[in-house]
Amino acid sequence: MLEFMEGSHAVAEIVKRCRPQVIAAYPITPQTHIVEDLAQMVANCELDAEYITVESEFSALSACLGASAAGSRVYSATTSQGLALMFEVCFNVAGMRQPIVMTIANRSLGAPLSIWNDQQDSISLRDSGWLQFYAEDNQEAVDLHMIAYKVCEDHDILLPAFVCFDGFILSHTYEPVALPGQEEVDAYLPAFTPYQRLDAEKPLSFGMYATPEYYTEFRYETDRALYRAKESFIKAGREFGEQFGRDYSALVEGYRLEDADTALVAMGSICGTAKDAIDEMRDAGKKVGLLKIRTYRPFPGPEIADALSGVSTVAVLDKNISLGGGGAVGTEVKAALYGSGAAVYDYIIALGGRDVRKRDVAAVVDLAEKGKGDMFYGLRTEVL
Amino acid sequence: MTAAELIAFAAFEGGAYAQAFPAFGVERRGAPVQAFVRFSDAKIRLRSQVYEPDYIIVQDPTLIGDVDVFMGMKAGGIAIVNTEKPDFEASVPEGVKVYAIDATTIALEELGVPITNTTLMGAFAAATGEIQLEPLEHALRNRFSGSMADKNVRAAERAYNLIGGAV
Repeated sequence: MLEFMEGSHAVAEIVKRCRPQVIAAYPITPQTHIVEDLAQMVANCELDAEYITVESEFSALSACLGASAAGSRVYSATTSQGLALMFEVCFNVAGMRQPIVMTIANRSLGAPLSIWNDQQDSISLRDSGWLQFYAEDNQEAVDLHMIAYKVCEDHDILLPAFVCFDGFILSHTYEPVALPGQEEVDAYLPAFTPYQRLDAEKPLSFGMYATPEYYTEFRYETDRALYRAKESFIKAGREFGEQFGRDYSALVEGYRLEDADTALVAMGSICGTAKDAIDEMRDAGKKVGLLKIRTYRPFPGPEIADALSGVSTVAVLDKNISLGGGGAVGTEVKAALYGSGAAVYDYIIALGGRDVRKRDVAAVVDLAEKGKGDMFYGLRTEVL
Repeated sequence: MTAAELIAFAAFEGGAYAQAFPAFGVERRGAPVQAFVRFSDAKIRLRSQVYEPDYIIVQDPTLIGDVDVFMGMKAGGIAIVNTEKPDFEASVPEGVKVYAIDATTIALEELGVPITNTTLMGAFAAATGEIQLEPLEHALRNRFSGSMADKNVRAAERAYNLIGGAV
């Protein structure tokens, strides 16, 4: 049954139904509504969890790390500067293999200060060892939280995950969402069984010193786990589809790619606008399609190459910039398509909340087909 | 944003797919703000702001003149303007029908506060025919409880009937 609600509220509702035992978060725009809702649910005894109030994001994720090591299912949410403040702890959580799920209400990073959306925050943590899943709409945001816990807590994986949904564009938008009931969520996501945990009777150490004889092997094992997460995600996504009728068994998802000459590649809410633009371009006789990346980490390089075989021109929409190095997604798509013969262009777009219309998507396709790319799209040259 | 959310919710209750979102950022009472609504028979995927509205609601008439509130409207469009002075001066695009309603006075009389969201929602329903009275009332009772719900429903119905007589 569809219900009409705000994206942040839908996320809070599904997090509640995932039964986290410990939540620690620090409010920051545009993540605030999620943690406000969860704090209220705990206060109202609708959610039996320990809600730890903290003085910073660094403390929030540190509290989560300890709680997870003690064997609890743990949740947090943040964005932008808050995630930046968690940088050090993020690497520790992944390195200690703690399956924490954290929502990122994607927002740009300062300076200059901007509260608006792009994906610079989570993409800047791409090397931290967290899985990263991106939602196109609020339904996908809801569903990905359940899948994230399932994948993270898989004893073959044991990694943390970001569930990324675009700040404001999704977090503050009201639209219909199907929220699975508690019994349905319980059937999909059983109680957390820790692989190992802090226990005074059987002492363990987490995050120990690793000398040069061991450090590389720890990094190797963590890297292998990220790659194994592909299969785990596909399995969890397929099971989700069987139970709820919405299939998430694909790491990348094509839209009107069959017979396409030109393909857009994107992540998150911009995919919705791109699909509408593609329908219009198709009506006008252009052979254009979209490849949506759902899992940025692990990066689905071979899956992208497979989905885009036969496409001659590729235009990547990057809502981030690796300053001095190009868009992060575009760089990796180029590597994935190396040797394929396709011309791959990168477009830095929609930074700091700049609105993207269908005509902007069409303009990017035109630029790519003319061989113009690797550029900022829509620069206001009059203010430069 | 409340008006946008309520209108979208009422459209959803009436069987449509709906989407409502604010022009993100400085949302505070008194500052000029925008919020957007789309409704459709099919799922809405588009995320850009609304640049060519079929309908607009102007909650604060003092904006007219400072801001081109009618920007992007085309013939056949409908504007609902909250104003005490139905003969306000504005350059309205050709073919756009304007309904002026003193929503502030209705809100003050029915609710005791000059918050016009629900009154204008009633006017919007009558002027456009996009929302029926029953889902509108359901949306209000979902949002408000007790006597506040009754008062808001009364305000919306007064505006609905007022505009309904003029349609």
